Amino acid sequence: MCAATAATAVSLSSAFVSHEGSNGGLKSISVAPWKSKQRQVRRAGAGVISAKFDLKPPPYPFNALEPHMSKSTIELHWGKHHRAYVDNLNKQIDGTELDEKSLEDVVRITYNKGDPLPAFNNAAQAWNHEFFWESMKPDGGGKPSGELLARIEKDFGSFDNFASEFKTAAATQFGSGWAWLVYKSDSLEVGNAVNPKPSDNDKKLAVVKTPNAVTPLVWNDYPLLTIDVWEHAYYLDYQNRRPDFISIFMEKLINWDAVNARYEAAKAAAQQQ
Amino acid sequence: HSYSVTYKRRTPCTKPLDLTHTHFRKNLFVAVENWKFCACSTFALHSCLHLTCWKAVVLEPGIGISKMASCTTIPISSPLHANDLSQRMINSPTLPLQKRGHLGLKRGPGIVAYYGLRKPPYDLDALEPYMSKKTLECHWGEYHRGHLEALNKHLSRNDVLYGYTMDELVKVAYNYGNPFAEFNDAAQVWNHDFFWESMQPGGGDSPQLGLLKQIEKDFGSFTDFREKFIEEASTLFGSGWVWLVLKRKEKRLEVVKTLNAVTPIVWDDIPLLCLDMWEHAYCLDYQDDKATYATVFMDHLVSWHVATLRILRAQAFVNLGEPKIPVA
Repeated sequence: MCAATAATAVSLSSAFVSHEGSNGGLKSISVAPWKSKQRQVRRAGAGVISAKFDLKPPPYPFNALEPHMSKSTIELHWGKHHRAYVDNLNKQIDGTELDEKSLEDVVRITYNKGDPLPAFNNAAQAWNHEFFWESMKPDGGGKPSGELLARIEKDFGSFDNFASEFKTAAATQFGSGWAWLVYKSDSLEVGNAVNPKPSDNDKKLAVVKTPNAVTPLVWNDYPLLTIDVWEHAYYLDYQNRRPDFISIFMEKLINWDAVNARYEAAKAAAQQQ
Repeated sequence: HSYSVTYKRRTPCTKPLDLTHTHFRKNLFVAVENWKFCACSTFALHSCLHLTCWKAVVLEPGIGISKMASCTTIPISSPLHANDLSQRMINSPTLPLQKRGHLGLKRGPGIVAYYGLRKPPYDLDALEPYMSKKTLECHWGEYHRGHLEALNKHLSRNDVLYGYTMDELVKVAYNYGNPFAEFNDAAQVWNHDFFWESMQPGGGDSPQLGLLKQIEKDFGSFTDFREKFIEEASTLFGSGWVWLVLKRKEKRLEVVKTLNAVTPIVWDDIPLLCLDMWEHAYCLDYQDDKATYATVFMDHLVSWHVATLRILRAQAFVNLGEPKIPVA
């Protein structure tokens, strides 16, 4: 659906989004969304270059995540909320200097080191939601495998520790926000400090929670997995029972292939720094 | 159905007081703490703190309750109380706690004094079709109750915050911007109590007389205020609340929006109305349409009687105009 036309449209990465999920799985995810790729600009009308962001659909049909996330939730969440963020963002950056940048760049620039510009909320939410849809898949959940699992066990003690930390972070994010598994670009716990003596024993993975639209991109970390704990994400299905939503997400929805691919890309990107 | 009730004085005063009220209808009597406010704006009942004796009061034009017909007491068995009062007694309304310092008494065994869950002053389906019963069941029954239980759990750990009244607890827990863990729960309980009382079935319309004059003075016109309120609600990002608040220092009304659980009482201002803009408040009924939700609130749900009552009380603390000094 629209995969062909997506080629000429601006998107997060230059990969297509395919609806057939599993096999072309790795290729269909925006693997390294934090890297600004060459933007493909669509020419519209009389040679006017307009670079607008697209609303990409989730890489699975709307009812594919039933019964854990209902079709009406996705219709509301993607069809109204996510669409509104993208549309409003396009309106806000139209004609400004942000117009030609990639979405991650827009997010970082508008974050403005903690004093966000008006476009930040929309830009960050557009990015976060795209990341979120791709973090889930039908028949997902379970555990990762291979090196990612080993890394999780190393950094958190055990996979269960990670799971409970992630669940706690998501449940205790008061108000609206997100919970993330990130690959830290520098493994000191302090703000923007750079680690002067990196070693293999440093903890690279961390669970963070962010309020409203904030995303670990703005701290130059590499997000690997996210869960949306804004109420609109779970209210139709779970009402106030956010912990239930989080548990189901962990058990039945997480797309560990995507997380794995992002982890590999993060390692590679971190090496180059 | 309508009642015609006459009350007789029971005090030394000899003049009989005849308070006839033919407009009484169930559910249009909006209850706020120890007041019951009739929708016809001429008549109200005021009770002592324990809700055992009620006094009839006639409201005069202007922000003010003039004639306190204080010699009349309405017995609890009177039909005027209908369902609400007996329900309130059964549900054990919030009792004001005695204030204690942290060197105060240790709680004796078996003495438990936590906060109770207040019912909204109308049935859960009374706000249909503007706010569905399902929303109220989830919002009040689960969300509000959940915060209350969390608050009680905090207090049960015998920490130093035990012993404050609700208002004080919210301000203390806010801790000048570095809130304690109890703040979110306490403030959300406070906010939601305030919110339920800010609405009524058959609400909306516009304020009258004194409050209207104050709004026109501070916003230009009622329409300007209404638009400002709806706009603030529509542009609130994330979770939060929109308030009509009386600022103490500036001595004027303003529309403010706050995030998450923050409430204007932490800055010592006096709120008159609020609108819950957390998504759980409108998600089931309006999906993502904040503007419609806020408009419907303004047009059909907001209780200006309660706002009037609140600004009346506020006038004891904030001087809103020139004092009327009688000339000898």
